[in-house]
Amino acid sequence: MNKTKVAIIGPGNIGTDLMIKLMRNAQHLEMCAMVGIDPQSEGLNRASQFGFYTVDNGLQGLVSHACWQDIKIIFDATSAKAHYGHWDIIKDFPDKRIIDLTPAAIGPYLVPTVNFDESHNVRNVNMVTCGGQATIPMVAAVNQVAKVHYGEIVASISSKSAGPGTRANIDEFTQTTARAIESIGGAEKGKAIIILNPADPPVVMRDTIFTLSDEADRSAIIASVQSMVEDVQSYVPGYSLHQEVQFESIPEAQAVYIEGLGKRYGLKTTILLKVEGAGHYLPPYAGNLDIMTSAALATAEKFVQNLN
Amino acid sequence: MTENTTSQVYLQDVTLRDGMHPIKHQYSKEQISTIAKTLDKAKVDAIEIAHGDGLTGGSFNYGFGSHSDWEWLEGIAGELSHAVLTTLLIPGIGTIEDLKHAQALGVKSVRIATHSTEADISAQHIESARTLGMDVSGFLMMAHMNSPSELAKQAKLMESYGAHCVYVTDSAGALLMHEVRERILAFKDILKPETQIGIHCHHNLSLGVANTIAAMEEGAYRLDASLAGMGAGAGNCPLEVLVAYLNKYKVAHNADLFALMDIADDIIRPLQTRPVQVDRETLSLGYAGVYSSFLLHSEKAALQYGLDTRTILNELGKRNMVGGQEDMIVDVALDLLKTRN
Repeated sequence: MNKTKVAIIGPGNIGTDLMIKLMRNAQHLEMCAMVGIDPQSEGLNRASQFGFYTVDNGLQGLVSHACWQDIKIIFDATSAKAHYGHWDIIKDFPDKRIIDLTPAAIGPYLVPTVNFDESHNVRNVNMVTCGGQATIPMVAAVNQVAKVHYGEIVASISSKSAGPGTRANIDEFTQTTARAIESIGGAEKGKAIIILNPADPPVVMRDTIFTLSDEADRSAIIASVQSMVEDVQSYVPGYSLHQEVQFESIPEAQAVYIEGLGKRYGLKTTILLKVEGAGHYLPPYAGNLDIMTSAALATAEKFVQNLN
Repeated sequence: MTENTTSQVYLQDVTLRDGMHPIKHQYSKEQISTIAKTLDKAKVDAIEIAHGDGLTGGSFNYGFGSHSDWEWLEGIAGELSHAVLTTLLIPGIGTIEDLKHAQALGVKSVRIATHSTEADISAQHIESARTLGMDVSGFLMMAHMNSPSELAKQAKLMESYGAHCVYVTDSAGALLMHEVRERILAFKDILKPETQIGIHCHHNLSLGVANTIAAMEEGAYRLDASLAGMGAGAGNCPLEVLVAYLNKYKVAHNADLFALMDIADDIIRPLQTRPVQVDRETLSLGYAGVYSSFLLHSEKAALQYGLDTRTILNELGKRNMVGGQEDMIVDVALDLLKTRN
């Protein structure tokens, strides 16, 4: 069977890492073209050296390229602002879909292990944030067992792995992740915190998930979390539970005051994760980069499998 | 900002922000209002109110407050006649939306806080504060983790985004007196003359007042302090002690020493359920260079997992944990348990 041809817009860290993953890991996809806007860019040169088509005048350039009609999936690894323009072009080609790795989120959020089935017919899906891809599966895992009132996540990443885009728009991370904790994770209220740690050697990405849920069978929560961890590991091998799941009962008399919810009590669950990257383009500490590109790749693979 | 032309320093009180930490962010609205009004009457120049970890810091990671920041701030601006109502925001926790909310409640001044090497994540927030017409400072936390010259470059970035003032923030109370001086001098070397310099100390090595004075002697104009030192770890520079020093040193300021002594002893000290003092645990924060706010969370983890607080704090220091990584306290505790077993 022929593999589905794909293109990447944005030859930066994310685009380049995704390209390498497509070359090494893709089952049903074939990397075809890399699109940039700077002919001198290192990422475009690298793509060209690997033998892929390169286009240095943006998505318009790709549309007029001979390979355009064969390309069915486009990964957008640029910026939110650029994504609006890209979708304007792609939406008129009904045979193509776009996987949005920017914070634009024109289409619905998609976390492959959580809500693929709801969104796989949509032609523009958004990959939330790196922290969202890492933590929302855990919020959803708890929510499968007990109603989650509140989901809070803390993502700590190495300073070296935070690119200029992330740094200039840190609110986009906290706001987008918090919204997706609610809309896909299932929490009534979500909160996201991001910390940059400059330690050298760089620290591996860590994610901590706190949920406040109804009281529930703790072993059922543990089982649900473990099963979800395995699901994510199928496309991010370096994703792991760093500690056993921790629990604490918050009795009604010690209810906590959560902004937007008021006083709540129940079961506090703490999940401590470590996300180590595959080391494809950036070193393994950059699990934040890896989980984003891996989730995008897994989503595209699933799209193709669903079509066949 | 409004400045008394005769005053040689700008005293900012942090009892109602940093001072949230020792009481797990549990001030009642009434306490906030009483303390703010009394501080205003005692002519402190600025009063900072927020969750200890800044706007919307209320969380499992840092502790939920007794109220939201908005509830704490509401109605305070109208009660102040001298002091500037201030707040603090840590990008990555709070957002520009939160800043706008605070401004709408009458907050006139804000500190945008980042780790000492990450100033560039504050650009949008500092610019937004300027657009909102606010007085804005950059607040470079864990200043001991960056060299004087590199820290000054970070300060320069904050100045370039529009900060009126940049602080050397010794969050771990780990800086020695000469290290404070070096950092202030490095700031003075590269910041514009009109950009003010601020100092925020913690008392973990008993240097709260000494370091503040050292900074002032080198050119720091905005001095942070809190009543009875109410703040994370061994607390901040105790305001009433600082004012006594300034009086004896003949440095002009606006504050009323006796009034501050009274609030410190009559109102604040009785609130300190966990004594705010230099002891084995808080000294360990300064000694290991650990974020002072980790104190209560580490004490809780030590109790829960049967470990020694100092051992946890030392390990956090070894791992170069930065401010905000409170989630790593339990992680470290669990790792220590594994090694012990």
